Amino acid sequence: MVRITRAIEFSSSLRYRVPDLSSEENAAVFGRAATSHGHNYRVEVTLRGEPDPVTGMVMDLKELKELLEREVEARFDHRDLVSDTPYFEKTVPTPENFALLLHRLLAAALPPGLLDGVRLYQDADCFVDVASDEVGA
Amino acid sequence: MSAPAVSLTRRYRFPAAHVLRSPALSDVENERVYGKCANPGGHGHDYGLEVTVRGTPDARTGFVLPPETLDAIVEARVLRRFDHRLLNDDPLFAGARVPTAENIAIALHHELAGEIAARGSARLARVRVVETPRNFFDYGEAR
Repeated sequence: MVRITRAIEFSSSLRYRVPDLSSEENAAVFGRAATSHGHNYRVEVTLRGEPDPVTGMVMDLKELKELLEREVEARFDHRDLVSDTPYFEKTVPTPENFALLLHRLLAAALPPGLLDGVRLYQDADCFVDVASDEVGA
Repeated sequence: MSAPAVSLTRRYRFPAAHVLRSPALSDVENERVYGKCANPGGHGHDYGLEVTVRGTPDARTGFVLPPETLDAIVEARVLRRFDHRLLNDDPLFAGARVPTAENIAIALHHELAGEIAARGSARLARVRVVETPRNFFDYGEAR
């Protein structure tokens, strides 16, 4: 078994907001994160598998790059996570929830069993790991 | 299916000094074992600290542990105590417990684990002490 990792970077805006709380209550819970701000996100996507006996590859990295552009960059780059995507109407775009969403999207787009895990950097000093073995994907 | 667990890691730094000399060893042995790290005058590192907490994001806030809460715990328990200090002066490294990065990682894990567990459902999974860009030391669960 070999693990391979490819990274993709994108920039998005967001704000933390629980829909059934007032603006004042959201500000009290989330502080500055309740107002619009942005991050330069980095996602490291790790795949696992045996290298193909002919090509020597777990997955063609060009295919993986295109898949990441389609599944991640096209959805989120230079967008607002809350108003420009359908994913955060009911949940807050914390790095925890965003990493779980990215894992779900990538697990669905990749061949079964290939995704080992996703690491989402919100910035250089904060990241979230989601392991396929724990999520049951 | 219950909501899956994720790991959240935040990075901090605390420049600090230390001296590696064991009271159980002679001067000659200390210098043989620890080399230039045994210099009695001390030396220092711009220590990096990565703190990883594991848990299920809160259904409402989406947090495993609010980042301000984790920052406040690390600030109170580690940064305020060790930033710009000589580690050997701290009771954690009194006596025979030499402040190697291994022992620092174990000590900081013990310092942080109880309070993190007391502040919510998340648990401390791992502490990584980055002594230099080429050396780091992990204590706790595997990734």
